[in-house]
Amino acid sequence: MESVTPVLGTGLFSLAWLLIAVPAASAAVLLLIGRAGDRWGHFLGTLAPVVSFVLGVVYFADLLGRDEAERAVHVPLYDWISSGTWNIGVGLQLDQLSIVFVLLITGVGSLIHVYSIGYMAHDPRRRRFFGFLNLFVAAMLLLVLADNYLVLFVGWEGVGLASYLLIGFWQERPSAATAAKKAFVVNRVGDLGMSIAIMLMLAAFSSSSFTDVNAGVGQLSTPLATTLGLLLLLGACGKSAQVPLQSWLLDAMEGPTPVSALIHAATMVTAGVYLIVRSHAIFTAGPAASIAVVVVGTVTLLFGAYIGCSKDDIKKVLAGSTMSQIGYMMLAAGIGPVGYAFAIFHLVTHGFFKANMFLGAGSVMHAMDDDVDMRHYGALARALPITFVTFAAGYLAIIGFPFFAGFYSKDHIIEAAFHASWVAGTCALIGAGVTAFYMTRLMLMTFAPGKRWREGVHPHESPLVMTVPLIVLGAASVVGGLLLNGWITEWLNPAVQGEAETEGLIHFTLIGGVTMLVVLAGIAVSFLFFGPQKVIPDVQPATRSPFVRAGRRDLYGDAFNEAVFMRPGIRMTNDLVRFDGAVVDGIANGTGTVISGFSSRLRRVQNGFVRSYALTMTAGAAVVGAIILLGRLG
Amino acid sequence: MTDHYIVLSAILFAIGTIGFMTRRNAIVAFMCVELMLNASNLALVAFSHKNGALDGQIAAFFVMVVAAAEVVVGLAIIVTIFRTRRSASIDDANLLKF
Repeated sequence: MESVTPVLGTGLFSLAWLLIAVPAASAAVLLLIGRAGDRWGHFLGTLAPVVSFVLGVVYFADLLGRDEAERAVHVPLYDWISSGTWNIGVGLQLDQLSIVFVLLITGVGSLIHVYSIGYMAHDPRRRRFFGFLNLFVAAMLLLVLADNYLVLFVGWEGVGLASYLLIGFWQERPSAATAAKKAFVVNRVGDLGMSIAIMLMLAAFSSSSFTDVNAGVGQLSTPLATTLGLLLLLGACGKSAQVPLQSWLLDAMEGPTPVSALIHAATMVTAGVYLIVRSHAIFTAGPAASIAVVVVGTVTLLFGAYIGCSKDDIKKVLAGSTMSQIGYMMLAAGIGPVGYAFAIFHLVTHGFFKANMFLGAGSVMHAMDDDVDMRHYGALARALPITFVTFAAGYLAIIGFPFFAGFYSKDHIIEAAFHASWVAGTCALIGAGVTAFYMTRLMLMTFAPGKRWREGVHPHESPLVMTVPLIVLGAASVVGGLLLNGWITEWLNPAVQGEAETEGLIHFTLIGGVTMLVVLAGIAVSFLFFGPQKVIPDVQPATRSPFVRAGRRDLYGDAFNEAVFMRPGIRMTNDLVRFDGAVVDGIANGTGTVISGFSSRLRRVQNGFVRSYALTMTAGAAVVGAIILLGRLG
Repeated sequence: MTDHYIVLSAILFAIGTIGFMTRRNAIVAFMCVELMLNASNLALVAFSHKNGALDGQIAAFFVMVVAAAEVVVGLAIIVTIFRTRRSASIDDANLLKF
């Protein structure tokens, strides 16, 4: 397996930094200009990702026209750290993988920016919101375009910062501020793994560039490669809300809905999958780490689906589903060369349909006076026709309805999972059924007849500036799979050294058929419980069932963290404070007291009489002289 | 021959030291200091002569220059103290203490 050597980017490609610089500059302007920019800030903020998107399309077209061997382009920008044997440069790498991400981030990002113009129209701090969004886009582009892990880490932290700022955008709400902090802290745990991994790379290869690491990792011992893989997986878990670092994502829904769509569904949370796929050589060298990735993915896809079933908050259902879908991507990425392209394929289609559904949820909330409780919805299909149709497209895509986007991407993963291990395959299959169940539940509770609206709520369709992005994303959810299927595997395979097989548009396998049946069963069960003729209680019914209660409490993720990390942590902190007060301060203060007592006595010697000083000096000189003399004699 | 000079130097130095420690009058104490300086000068010159090198003699010149400068400053201080306190006793100038 030879690694791909990138060709040097010249001409047009030497301007690739503009992809990142444009949104970054826009963010700087929006955040620094103050109120003067309030009237036009959102237009500038929307223009920036559009410009990046156009640039991305130009580069994509250029790469498309090239020979397969020359599709990885390296653009060195400048030397960053040059010390001893280390020579870390800042550079960009445009290849098949990163260009797909660039198009996804800027494409979906642009649509979400447009949508936000309408969604945030009445927010007094809209300019700042767009500034943060631009900052996010810039950081995310840096993340996917970086040519080495250290620069990637800068983008990685940048998106973390943007995520923190945007989750806590409505900072006057204590819950939003707490959620932002939680996301930040949980991400730090993952980043710890990531930074240790980078240190290991620097120690082992004296370089953190993808090319050097990919080339050198083959010579590493297996345990070291496995450690490296596990540390990267920890980082990926934090960023992608995978078990055991999943707890922040549900709370992150406190942010404005476009943020949930862009950052916590379509792009940032998929950075973990990008990291794993980008580090394919490390996972090939450490197979145990790959297995860990499969386990994490499988557990999370069931975990997220479970949570999705038990939430009444429309955004939290979608958040659970996001976790679950990223679990699928992780699973595919962990399977190895046959799965990488499928992971990215699902990532892209998921970017379409999940952003679509989040924006749809935002449109519903917009209509329902920012109420997120699905028990207060119902019968919105007629009131919000465009939202309903586009949401339905996303729904059909996520459950894997034939010929919709998710049908292709998810079925590939389930099949690949079955080929890798029947346990993972079965779990993925169950996950598909559960996904169908909770998504149907969401659709029924929101759109099916039976009004449960609060008083004074008059649903109305959102303005055009919000519905147009919905329509575009809805269309992408319908045709995304059809258009990308086959092509994307061939496109990505060289970049990730994948061996994913291209499947025809229509192909039937046993597993595909079984998946279809499981999905249908999920829908049927959902209709059984939440069908149009069923009465949905206005408040969440009390239950003693331990399974339901566990789901409502996010499978005790927070409780676990509290019991295992927070409380012992606080106890340890208190003990340390006590130790510090008693022992450390005791030693320091005791020394001080002794010395000050001693010196207050000693200073009596300074009595102001010159003659006693003279006596002291003479005595001292006599002693010194005596010692010298005695030394001579002895 | 040199030994006699050294003994003389030691005697002069001892007189200076004891005088400085026992006498209260600032002028006398000051003269005792000069006595000690000159005793050490004598020792320097004597050793220099014995060793046949000029280092000690040059050092003696330095001591003389420093002593001259010190006399200027020292006498000025003594005169000032006498003006403010109407006393030339060094025990009266004891404000600089703990």
